[in-house]
Amino acid sequence: MEILVCVKRVPDTAENEFELNSDGNDLDRDDLVYSVNEWDNYAVEEAIQIVDKVGGSVTVVTVGDDEAEEVLRREMAMGANNGVLLADDAFEGSDGKGIATILKAEIEKGSYDLILTGAQADEGAGQVGGMLAAMLDYPYASLVNKIEVDGDAKIKVGREIEGGNQEMNEIELPCVLSIQTGINEPRYVGIRGIRKVAKVEIPEKDAGALGIDASAVGEAGAKTKRVDYFVPDMGDGAEMLEGSTDEIIEQLIEKLKAKGGL
Amino acid sequence: MTQIFAYIPHKNGAAEDVALEYPEAAKKIDAGASVTAVVTGSGADLDKVAGDMAKIYSEVIKVDNAALAYPNAEVVRKALTAILPANAIVLVAHDTFGMDLAPGLSVKLDSAYAADAIDFEGVDGDALKLVRQELGGAVSTHVTTDISAGAVITIRPGAFAPVDGGSASGTITDKSGDAGDLAAKRTFIEVVEAEVGDVDITKSDVLVSIGRGIEDEDNIEIAQELADAMGAVVSCSRPIVDAKWLEKSRQVGTSGQTVKPKVYMAMGISGSFQHMGGVKGNPFIVAVNKNPKAPIFQVADVGIVEDILDFMPELQEAIEDL
Ligand SMILES: Cc1cc2nc3c(=O)[nH]c(=O)nc-3n(C[C@H](O)[C@H](O)[C@H](O)COP(=O)(O)OP(=O)(O)OC[C@H]3O[C@@H](n4cnc5c(N)ncnc54)[C@H](O)[C@@H]3O)c2cc1C
Ligand SMILES: Nc1ncnc2c1ncn2[C@@H]1O[C@H](COP(=O)(O)O)[C@@H](O)[C@H]1O
Repeated sequence: MEILVCVKRVPDTAENEFELNSDGNDLDRDDLVYSVNEWDNYAVEEAIQIVDKVGGSVTVVTVGDDEAEEVLRREMAMGANNGVLLADDAFEGSDGKGIATILKAEIEKGSYDLILTGAQADEGAGQVGGMLAAMLDYPYASLVNKIEVDGDAKIKVGREIEGGNQEMNEIELPCVLSIQTGINEPRYVGIRGIRKVAKVEIPEKDAGALGIDASAVGEAGAKTKRVDYFVPDMGDGAEMLEGSTDEIIEQLIEKLKAKGGL
Repeated sequence: MTQIFAYIPHKNGAAEDVALEYPEAAKKIDAGASVTAVVTGSGADLDKVAGDMAKIYSEVIKVDNAALAYPNAEVVRKALTAILPANAIVLVAHDTFGMDLAPGLSVKLDSAYAADAIDFEGVDGDALKLVRQELGGAVSTHVTTDISAGAVITIRPGAFAPVDGGSASGTITDKSGDAGDLAAKRTFIEVVEAEVGDVDITKSDVLVSIGRGIEDEDNIEIAQELADAMGAVVSCSRPIVDAKWLEKSRQVGTSGQTVKPKVYMAMGISGSFQHMGGVKGNPFIVAVNKNPKAPIFQVADVGIVEDILDFMPELQEAIEDL
């Protein structure tokens, strides 16, 4: 099975305290720690496990800048066979459809049976996979937490729905699936693994190489645009308990008693 | 006048709560908009929901087809693409079905797409301005979307004030005949119910709920000891279940359990909407997080900036000394 996994380099929510820059129109990105989008890591692990079982290869692709190459390398250290970087100044400011348009162009240059994305990335949109499928006219299933490969023409997938229930579907290949966390346990990647793939050549393609009309993507083609970042009015946010730990605990215990917590 | 279509998700003949929230969202897009509820399904369940919607919406469109009996997003997308007018503005709930349906629908309608809106700030020319969040709620953003050729917009369930059940007598238009060919490359097989675990977190008045801030499987012991001292039960956020440190039945959130405790202690949980979506009944929420900017502090009643691994044992000791 030939599998393509779309991956994105994103600010790591567990490692960063996000602040706005001095103009207030972007995050202060100077000291941000980036990593591969959590959901994409599960998607790559799933692809590797499928190929281990039925044969084939795993290609990881990203739309990003030069720095995005590091996430491709990380996923190749996990076991992906190939990486492709789609980079062009004209791609900057793309909305979800722009990203899907760029990925579609690369997909049409190959011959993939299965395309995986993460369920969502840093912007919390969860849009690229479904758009990509519709543009390719492939069937789609989102929030997939189980894949059973038992044939060349069709596979069985479980989708996570509300309340932790699972919706089982049969879906024709080729198809696009967005992967939910928890579907597997992504393998650990050590420094040594990263070193092994440090010198592997990663092809880079721009709008010309992909045959994309630059005005259809990027800022120019985007119908949906971020205007600014802002810190919401906290309204009646939490009452912050302050003082030494002992003082905080004393206040907290009084409140817990009053509210039925003790 | 803006024409807005609201896709009504429903189960067992009852519309989901978001059906009462679309009118408020539509009003914030354009106070003068006409809003049409769109209900797809089959048979008596569909008729029941369409009837209920006619009490709230002045216009209801129903599409009845056996292929729509279970909401398979590919089939629903085909039906909607066939019946919606050009340049339609379509609202869909940002839930597990909406995430399956909406992005592809916007491609097929060739319209703009915006995901997970939590507020709207009106239309200026062709640009609809909306509010959403990124990075798990850590930052908010304003986004504009060009609605001149229509748009598909998902709204966050619970973000817009619900209208009352209503007593309007809207007209129901049957568009079943226009749905066209509904053959799909994806077929629904069955729903497998979530497994029942050994502990029922929905029955406890007090929950000590742990998130990724617990850092290591071995540290769960620390939370369990605090819970024991409080007569509470340990629940958790999703990453703890993904890591297989606790059973799925302990997970609070939209894809886990809905809990209604008196007191909810969120320990090292950032406060994503999918997590908080499972915390109902307006409990007293205590959040302990080492990041003073954690979004959980926007929804908690009491906030404490501390390391939970130090704080929990100290709290436990103080409680035991009472
Ligand atoms: C369709 C869908 C459904 C989902 N359903 C659910 C669901 O049902 N339930 C759910 O929980 N999530 C769900 N999620 C995932 C959700 O979006 C978040 O990713 C998740 O809730 C984050 O969990 P967290 O707060 O524990 O982790 P994080 O967001 O990583 O937050 C960890 C927090 O701990 C703090 N911290 C770290 N170390 C310490 C320490 N030592 N002391 C104190 N604080 C510390 C950090 O500052 C941070 O705020 C769903 C996602 C999707 C896409
Ligand atoms: N720039 C990108 N490059 C490659 N894949 C992406 C990119 N942006 C999003 N994706 C894919 O789409 C998924 C969902 O992202 P989103 O729709 O942005 O929430 C991600 O998990 C990735 O698999």
